[in-house]
Amino acid sequence: MSQIFHRSTNTLSRLSIFGGLIIFGLTLWIVAGVNRSGYVTQAGIAREQPIQFSHAHHAGGMGIDCRYCHTSVEDSAFANVPPTKTCMNCHSQIWSDSPMLEPVRSSFRSGEALSWTRVHDLPDFVYFNHSIHVRQGVGCATCHGPVDQMPLVYQYSSLQMEWCLECHRKPGRFIRPRDQVFNMEWEPPADDPGLGARLVKEYGIADVEHLTSCSVCHR
Amino acid sequence: MEEYAASREIEELVHREFPALASEFTDPVGRRRFLQLMSASLALAGAGACTRQPRETIVPYVRQPEEIIPGRPLFFATALVENGVAMPVLVESHMGRPTKIEGNPEHQASLGATDARSQAAILTLYDPDRAQTISNRGEVRPWGSFLAAMQLAMTGQRAAQGAGLRILTGTVTSPTLAAQFDSLLKELPRARWHRWEPSGRLAPRQDFIYHFDRADVVLSLDDDFLSCGPGHIRYARDFASRRRGAAASKQPFRFYAVESCPSITGSKADHRLPLKPSEIAAFARALNGGARLSEQQAAFTDAVLRDLRAHRGRSIVTAGDTQPPEVHEEVRRLNAALGNIGTTVVAAQPVEARPVDHAASIAELAADMAAGRVSLLLIVGGNPAFDAPADVNFAEALKKVGLAVHASLFEDETSAFCHWNIPLSHSLESWSDARAYDGTESIIQPLIAPLYNSRTAHEVVAALTARPERSSYDIVREHWLKTRGLDEQAWRRALHDGFVAASSGGATHQAPGTYQAPGTYQAPGTRTEAPGTVEILFRPDPAIGDGQLANNGWLQELPKPLTKLTWDAAVYVGPQTADRLGLAAGDLVEVRAATRSIRMPLVIVPGHAPDSATVHFGYGRRRAGRVGSRVGFDAYPLRTSAAPWHTRGEIVRTGETYPLATTQNHFLMENRNPVRVATHEAYQREPEIFRHMGHTPPKTLTLYPDYQYTGNKWGMTIDLDACTGCNACVVACQAENNVPVVGKDQVIVSREMHWLRVDTYYRGHLDNPETYHQPVPCMQCETAPCETVCPVAATAHSAEGLNDMVYNRCVGTRYCSNNCPYKVRRFNFLLYADFTTPSLQLMRNPDVTVRSRGVMEKCTYCVQRINAARIESKKDGREIRDGEIQTACAQTCPAQAIVFGNMNDLGSRVATLKAEPRNYGLLEDLNTRPRTTYLGALRNPNSELEKRDLSRDRHEG
Repeated sequence: MSQIFHRSTNTLSRLSIFGGLIIFGLTLWIVAGVNRSGYVTQAGIAREQPIQFSHAHHAGGMGIDCRYCHTSVEDSAFANVPPTKTCMNCHSQIWSDSPMLEPVRSSFRSGEALSWTRVHDLPDFVYFNHSIHVRQGVGCATCHGPVDQMPLVYQYSSLQMEWCLECHRKPGRFIRPRDQVFNMEWEPPADDPGLGARLVKEYGIADVEHLTSCSVCHR
Repeated sequence: MEEYAASREIEELVHREFPALASEFTDPVGRRRFLQLMSASLALAGAGACTRQPRETIVPYVRQPEEIIPGRPLFFATALVENGVAMPVLVESHMGRPTKIEGNPEHQASLGATDARSQAAILTLYDPDRAQTISNRGEVRPWGSFLAAMQLAMTGQRAAQGAGLRILTGTVTSPTLAAQFDSLLKELPRARWHRWEPSGRLAPRQDFIYHFDRADVVLSLDDDFLSCGPGHIRYARDFASRRRGAAASKQPFRFYAVESCPSITGSKADHRLPLKPSEIAAFARALNGGARLSEQQAAFTDAVLRDLRAHRGRSIVTAGDTQPPEVHEEVRRLNAALGNIGTTVVAAQPVEARPVDHAASIAELAADMAAGRVSLLLIVGGNPAFDAPADVNFAEALKKVGLAVHASLFEDETSAFCHWNIPLSHSLESWSDARAYDGTESIIQPLIAPLYNSRTAHEVVAALTARPERSSYDIVREHWLKTRGLDEQAWRRALHDGFVAASSGGATHQAPGTYQAPGTYQAPGTRTEAPGTVEILFRPDPAIGDGQLANNGWLQELPKPLTKLTWDAAVYVGPQTADRLGLAAGDLVEVRAATRSIRMPLVIVPGHAPDSATVHFGYGRRRAGRVGSRVGFDAYPLRTSAAPWHTRGEIVRTGETYPLATTQNHFLMENRNPVRVATHEAYQREPEIFRHMGHTPPKTLTLYPDYQYTGNKWGMTIDLDACTGCNACVVACQAENNVPVVGKDQVIVSREMHWLRVDTYYRGHLDNPETYHQPVPCMQCETAPCETVCPVAATAHSAEGLNDMVYNRCVGTRYCSNNCPYKVRRFNFLLYADFTTPSLQLMRNPDVTVRSRGVMEKCTYCVQRINAARIESKKDGREIRDGEIQTACAQTCPAQAIVFGNMNDLGSRVATLKAEPRNYGLLEDLNTRPRTTYLGALRNPNSELEKRDLSRDRHEG
């Protein structure tokens, strides 16, 4: 009985098996890449705002403390976006007739709120709390990046769950002394590699199992 | 009981996870087509994960109020008004929107607890069907033109000293409103103020306040004091704390109940005697030696009297509001003879302002209206065209009124007959005041500006005066500061605390109306008539009350105590009466009384008095709104002003059946002892008796390694001895956790979404069984069967021992609910949550995800509250204190039956309770190691009566 398939079929079948695997792997890699890309996470994209408010100028240049505007960052889940009144504290005196600030003045006159575009927007099933992170030594810059150098704020991190877990699994790598939380320039001291682990202990930060329980963030 | 029949149908129902077809695909689209579509959508589902977040905005304040921290709720003390009486509450407010109602812990009428209706009040506030615009004959009008119309009408009235002016309200306890009426009636002496509160106390009488915590023996004559009446929240607390004391000590407590329709109060009785309404009066007379009873009843009376006399000054005899004055007089005499008055039974002023006989009052008004003597009628609240006694023909009479004004939360049946309709503000939008059961006065403050163009009762009444444009704030404040002499500091104090200090037993209202001398009441004869003849009791619906809450989906879907019926009213009869009349549950029957008749489905309730039937009124609304209209059957056509609580009539089969939606179809324990019960005596002798009633597998019997819970270890105990089955916890859970309403059709196929249910079990003879209530939330099993079967790890164990449910990870296989032995997991078969109605979005708890279709959900021990407390404690650098976290169910429980806490904290209440010998786990033999455990129920039977009971055949049923 003669062979049904030509010898070359062997090569072809090997090729298609491995080729299939490679194509499958490639597809996964592409999907994963797209999912982590700024296109999906919207990280690194500066947003249009009703007023082109510059953090670089206010926080970086003028050195205004984060908490002057984000008043509830130490008390509440929500850091607070300041009311128009906070802007007018200064801008009723300085740049009080700048055309750029007209929306602020008109909001203050009419009582109609400004409507800012959300930059850091977690899905509705995630319950993030600013106050506890700030209290436990997570610096503003750790998540939000160099906001003091951003003319228009963009999302610095991916805000994906794997990114959250980087810290929830090993908090020692990221936390800093409490008094350095609002310091945008702070770097972990090169001469003290044990600092993070010490702080985790000192601040009573829960162990990995507690920090990675689903209900800590999802409910 | 259907189980008696043990038909195949029931057998199947009992042993199937979901009733037949519950999960079947009924669309004409075939299975293959379905699979094709599904595979396509599955392929797309992967791509779906790439969805980008939509653009969202942050809208900050222009000027931020000082006390508001965005993201943190504020709590305000105020009061809700139930049947006219204050229910003191604390309301949680998220940036100006009230989202959750709790009891006011500092108020003596609440002590932190509430009932199901006040929990559901938040839904009524945001009800999109509320009346929204002022209208005159169907045309939208501004408030100003209403004021002008009233001024014009009042000019004529003043000339005639108000001869044509009538005002109709429900029960009023508000001192300010009463003062407004007083001054109006003083100015216009010929005007009249009428009252009609369909489910309230209809006849004035001497009021008493009971101290159940000081009593050793209690006898109730058809008094459902644990779920009805102004003081029921406090009474439930006192009753439970007395029972708790009895369980711990050797000073037992005994409760006898005599009642016609089984109530949750009767279910807590150690001895319960079902009597027809007509027999209760005779029973009351017999207590004072004034009547002869049948042998069985006489034996009961003798034993009860001996017990009462052995506890002189430490006993209580009560009679329900539905009982005639004669019974109340007998009860007062007995209490006086027992030396209870002044110790356990304290005389008090009625809380109602200027009490009147409501039935007579509305009859008089309707007669005046029909005779054309009423030229201006102001109806404040209420819905008399629907709920007035049938014989007064209120709706017909309303057509003869010159100018009718109706101020109401909803545009209802009465609004249709009135010229002017004024939307009434909800209690949470109003400035007002009210009195609680003990006379304590609360000032009601608004939590939110009125959502619609609504006015308060004060403003509507002020429209008839010479100063029409005053706001209710001005009116209420003027009353308190000028008339009552409160200073600014005391006013602020009252607003902060939720009550006016030292105001109980207030001095402003008159002496109680003279209550009628006994003897005028004619008990219906006990002669036997045609075979269908029964005594018919009228009672407000246990969930929606007199019908004004019919558009509240939470209450509509709330399984009624004992029967677990939702979305309908039914005729309740006992098993023997059903047998005699040849009726089965679900039969549509015709109930006839005199010349009137109604149709209603039948439900068989074990323990209902023989030859009597209970008809619940409140359903059958025609203009309630999208939820409540055309739901159920109306019983008001049978109710007359002469016999508002019971009458004689007959029940006739129509031959039709009617589908009823119940959430529990099986009331037997089947030897699994879900509820463990022992007598007080047996428990004192052998405390371990509860443990012997079930099997606890050893800790080593598991494949999984033992997990050490360091830190917090959450647990819960539910005291079945204290639980009254009042359902407050069910609605509290619904409000806290954004639990949706599914509708009657979905309840019929067992798709109700309540995270917490209250099961009822019967033991003993069905004519008068022992009744037990068992709230069942998620057990948070340590070896949870649901977790091991989830293919996507959407349900996993937390390090604190919670059985977490991750909605965003759930793909809806439902394996977990199939593997849950407690049936506490709920699946969103359809998109039950309302994502579109704007007003309902304001109501949601922002700390809990609103679940979408295809997602499993369940009780999480209110993990949002745990997390909030954990974060606060970490910020303060301390441990979480015992009692700092209260789950929504535990917080609202009037009996404090539910206790939540950290089991690793050995001093915590929950740890102490878990160490009690009464503690046991539900279906513990399955080795699920439930974190929620129960404390067994205790009974304290009177040995004299127990002998009689034992002689009767006892079997489970």
